[in-house]
Amino acid sequence: MSALTKTQLSRPSEQLSNETLLDMYWHMLLSRRTDERAWVLHRQGKIAFHISGMGHEATQVGAAFAINRGVDYVVPYYRDLALVMALGITPRDFMLSLFGKAGEISSKARQMPSHWGSKAHHILSTSSPVATQVPQAAGMAFAIKYQRENGLLDPNDAAQPRLALTCLGEGSTSQGEWHEGMNWAGVHTLPFICIVQNNNYAISVPIEQQMAVSHVAERAIAYGVQGVTVDGTDILAFYDVMRAAVARAYNGEGATLIEAKCYRLTPHSSDDDDRSYRPREEVEEAKRTDAILRYEQHLMGRGILSDALKQDYEQRARQMVDEAQRYAENAPYPEESSLYEDIYA
Amino acid sequence: MPEMTLIDALREAMDEELARDPRVFITGEDVGKRGGVFRATMGLYEKYGEKRIIDSPLAELSIVAIGIGAACAGLLPICEIQFADFIHPAFNQIVNEAAKMYYRSGGTWNVPMTIRAPYGGGIGGGLYHSQSVEAFFTHVPGLKVVIPSTPHDAKGLLKSAVRDPNPVLFFEPKKGYRSIKGEVPAGDYTVPLGKARHAREGSDLSVYAYGMMAHYAVQAAEQVAREDGIQCDVIDLRTLLPVDKESILASFKKTGKALIVYEDNLTMGYGAEIAAILSGEGFEYMDAPIRRLGAPDVPAVPFSHPLQEAFMPNPHKIATAMRDLAAY
Repeated sequence: MSALTKTQLSRPSEQLSNETLLDMYWHMLLSRRTDERAWVLHRQGKIAFHISGMGHEATQVGAAFAINRGVDYVVPYYRDLALVMALGITPRDFMLSLFGKAGEISSKARQMPSHWGSKAHHILSTSSPVATQVPQAAGMAFAIKYQRENGLLDPNDAAQPRLALTCLGEGSTSQGEWHEGMNWAGVHTLPFICIVQNNNYAISVPIEQQMAVSHVAERAIAYGVQGVTVDGTDILAFYDVMRAAVARAYNGEGATLIEAKCYRLTPHSSDDDDRSYRPREEVEEAKRTDAILRYEQHLMGRGILSDALKQDYEQRARQMVDEAQRYAENAPYPEESSLYEDIYA
Repeated sequence: MPEMTLIDALREAMDEELARDPRVFITGEDVGKRGGVFRATMGLYEKYGEKRIIDSPLAELSIVAIGIGAACAGLLPICEIQFADFIHPAFNQIVNEAAKMYYRSGGTWNVPMTIRAPYGGGIGGGLYHSQSVEAFFTHVPGLKVVIPSTPHDAKGLLKSAVRDPNPVLFFEPKKGYRSIKGEVPAGDYTVPLGKARHAREGSDLSVYAYGMMAHYAVQAAEQVAREDGIQCDVIDLRTLLPVDKESILASFKKTGKALIVYEDNLTMGYGAEIAAILSGEGFEYMDAPIRRLGAPDVPAVPFSHPLQEAFMPNPHKIATAMRDLAAY
């Protein structure tokens, strides 16, 4: 399958400074600790709902670091906690959404948690029906191309968005909306990147019942876009694939479909029980090869991360999450009058 | 003042908006070289080129979704759905996405998008080229729903829709595309969204209608004035959402009788909301039961000519309903 040919990738990750490599580690860790706290809060009965991104952090942080963060458009999905945190969403922002409190930045606490959006960070607001965001993200990529071609945007202005990135799970690629978005991206050679975070299960339904192909990326050929499958638990491998996709987008060479093989370390959401459809051995095995442990070992092997530094990070993350939780618990609920705001612009 | 058809007025509005603002673009099926199956965009491809008049893939959902993304990224899309009957694949994108974007983003991301679609029956289009779909969308806060009935309003309302910061559904009575003619000012003007038009002055009964039915209501009103001396106050609603309660109630206070005409299926149609407004807020002025004249509650408009005509309200049926109500 030509779409899956192992690309002779350059390794731009080899050019990353130690500082950046550690920053990537920090964002994975902070997201994981924030995510874990949400599960604890749910078990304590303090919050009503959580949907987790644990196991997907390498893909998401790798993606964020490969784009022009806060400038390029990102249209995430509900599992993208690490992605949006790497773009600037803070643990406090997330905690406010978990508690449905005033000051929540994505939606004024109207949306359920993990329905990200922030115009300031160029993160488009997203809904719950899956894959709806894909053709919208293609529309944002279309706007970039339109603005360049009609003289409204300088193609080399790094202060302006130069691509649109969207994410979804492999089950969501069964939706027609995914197809229609990918098709536009191909037909119009859009500066567009679609990351399918393939964790093998759409809630309980395994990939074999979603598609008859072995790899989501095989579908790229049908849209005339570049397709690649990559280990989504290897942050540097993922970063390298992303950099190639970003270069294609920036250079006007078109769209890329990246299939990131991940594993969801938790049930689908706090309302799910995965014991009926996933063998425990499979989950335990995934935990042993967890993306964060793997990256930690890599950094330690290169002498970039030390036990002491790791402890510093852990302490800092705990402080931030503690503070965020306290802030959200003490924050007021939105005023009832806000129910009636923002219906029309 | 030049006289032109409804469709020529719509084209002139798009032409002027494209010339006025480089962020305006058109996409839809066959809108480019073909100029649209109804010729609404005729000549615009030649004038503005393939980078602004863009033939979409044959997939309505994507026409709307691309429009949403493009609008959020700073453009002003005019999305054409070839027939309103084909808008249903895009229903989720319109109702769940475009309509809720501003609310769900806490008033930050807005969707300045116009969706144009020819609607309505009487043209031999059968079940799937004749539908009136407005009631699905007038139930959705966050959307605006506009239906013009005159060339003057068609041009001015479409310009307002393009410039509006919200998603606007702009349904065009296709039976009137070439049959309705009227004076249209040259150059730039707008007709505000959310304001009904007082189409005819009268004191015996109020008639509320929009699109082709507003056109027919005026015809029928002239007929009953001539033949029976009944004077109808005709309100062309023009914008269905947000609804212009003030104009609706002002007429009712004068007449105390209301006939609501629409070519959608009668039950749960847009007219039900007008009736609710009148009975809820105009009860003390009411002199007769509120009447609705709509299409029968059958699944859609049949193709066969006599069946189509039996389905459609027309000036004759409207005049009969006017006489009945005046006699109450």
